[in-house]
Amino acid sequence: MHTNIDTHRIVSICEDTLETPNVKTLIFQDNLSFKAKPGQFLMVWIPGVEELPMSVMVSNTNDNAAITVKKYGIGSTALFQKKKGDVIGIRGPYGNYFRVSKKQKKVILIGGGTGLVPLMRLSVILNKMQISCTLIIGARSKPEILFYNFAKKILQNTKHKIIVTTEDGSFGIKGYPTDALIKILEHDKFDMAYTCGPELMMKKVYDISISYDLSLQASLERYMKCGVGICASCCINDKLVCTDGTVFNNKELKMMTDFGLIYRNKSGIKSHY
Amino acid sequence: MKRSTKDILAVNLAGISLDNPLILASGFLGISQEIFTRLYHEFEVGAIVSKSISLNPMEGYRGPTVVPLENFNFLNAVGLSNPGSDSFSNEIKNNDVPLLVSLVGSQENEFPKLIKKFDKLCILGYEVNLSCPHVAKMGMEVGDDIELVYRIIKRIKSVTTKPVIIKIGIGNTNIVKIAEIAQDAGANAITAINTIRAMKIDIKTERPILSNKFGGLSGKAIKPIGIRSVYEISKNLNIPVVGCGGIFSWEDVIEYMLAGSSAVQIGSSIGYLGMSVFKEIKKGIMDYIKKKDLKNIMEIIGNAHKY
Repeated sequence: MHTNIDTHRIVSICEDTLETPNVKTLIFQDNLSFKAKPGQFLMVWIPGVEELPMSVMVSNTNDNAAITVKKYGIGSTALFQKKKGDVIGIRGPYGNYFRVSKKQKKVILIGGGTGLVPLMRLSVILNKMQISCTLIIGARSKPEILFYNFAKKILQNTKHKIIVTTEDGSFGIKGYPTDALIKILEHDKFDMAYTCGPELMMKKVYDISISYDLSLQASLERYMKCGVGICASCCINDKLVCTDGTVFNNKELKMMTDFGLIYRNKSGIKSHY
Repeated sequence: MKRSTKDILAVNLAGISLDNPLILASGFLGISQEIFTRLYHEFEVGAIVSKSISLNPMEGYRGPTVVPLENFNFLNAVGLSNPGSDSFSNEIKNNDVPLLVSLVGSQENEFPKLIKKFDKLCILGYEVNLSCPHVAKMGMEVGDDIELVYRIIKRIKSVTTKPVIIKIGIGNTNIVKIAEIAQDAGANAITAINTIRAMKIDIKTERPILSNKFGGLSGKAIKPIGIRSVYEISKNLNIPVVGCGGIFSWEDVIEYMLAGSSAVQIGSSIGYLGMSVFKEIKKGIMDYIKKKDLKNIMEIIGNAHKY
């Protein structure tokens, strides 16, 4: 069995599920990724095309692992087109992960788009630990809503509430997940908030968490080349998303003045969002 | 009198004083001033070499650009991605940590232009990358051309008074020969070695993994070649040599220094041990010095030449 997480493992896709017209979940057999913690990621090699960091999704079956990809650039589109029987290369899982403590009785999860992936993995743990959970699912429109029914299923053994927001109002609450978050925080308190999604959304969640004195863990996503802390493509201020993250807490986010404002492009030039 | 850690580990390299001989190798973590500051203050590096900076920004190759291999080695073909001289000089404009700027170019006349962007900044000096093994018309293709090497170094030396270190590698020309040419042209020190041109093919897909097919091998596998190169170069040259290649432990540093290194560069091990590798190695060297009752680590440089 492969035990070195760093070298490429070639895996065959045993199941592919279309989640939305642009989002697909690929399932493959891999024990190391099966054991990944929520927020950890794999470096996924699409042979002949690209290598991309992908958060590990829930697979439901023993020894199987999953990733969920949204069609976007050349690499992610090629990955999206993979189907049952195709092969990809993976290494990892890498990075730190969302922390859950027994002291937490009630938590809130804020996810946007494929940022919901690590929150699904986290939900499995929250369900097992019977921690009461409010989940906000953000999407642009109704056809793009991710994991609504899936989340209901994996949270079935714990007290939970699922709120959907759509930017065009075609389902659930019209607006952004952060709009829903503010409304909830006006009359409710939580021991911890977890978020993953577009960086600008997470920045807003962070700002809200400061105003409402809410503890926060955010799983960040940046352009990555190595995944193992040597190239600095993913750096935000003096932190590396791949090895210092992907998950950062309020205290760390406070020091990251580039968070939600500045990223580095492929050449490493600082660019504004 | 009790000697401070600083005195025991301090080394002098071509007129540059370093707190300790452990330098971050070029190509690793080398684009962010805030990371440089963290490496110096939190992880106590002796100096930092930036990523190789070209006149204009370079995006580098499509992924995979970094392939971790078995036995603590890496293969990379990043493609010299870098923010370019304008953006990088702005990045380091307020630098206050010991930093060497690595320069890369394909033509002689690019180097004076590069120097102009950096020469007024607070930096220790330059390292010139004449040995990247995977970008056409740059690096090794330049390094193998000894006449071009000579002209580039002459040109650089004519426009700066800062120390100039030349990074060389294993190409088609004998490494000692290139080092001698560099010395003749006025180089202040030599860094040896760069990564070595190599390849990885995945047997299931039957494809080379790197998008560029070929890349540079770094890590434990190249250490004996680095040791040999440093030994031969330092035996034949008068200018100091900085050893580089496969350093994971304090023992590796001692071996490089016995071979003739005045300082060493560390890179690949960060990918396996994290940035704290610098602090751990530094501690190991301190213990070694105490055990050996040395006044300063420089006492061991080139000791293996006696035999």
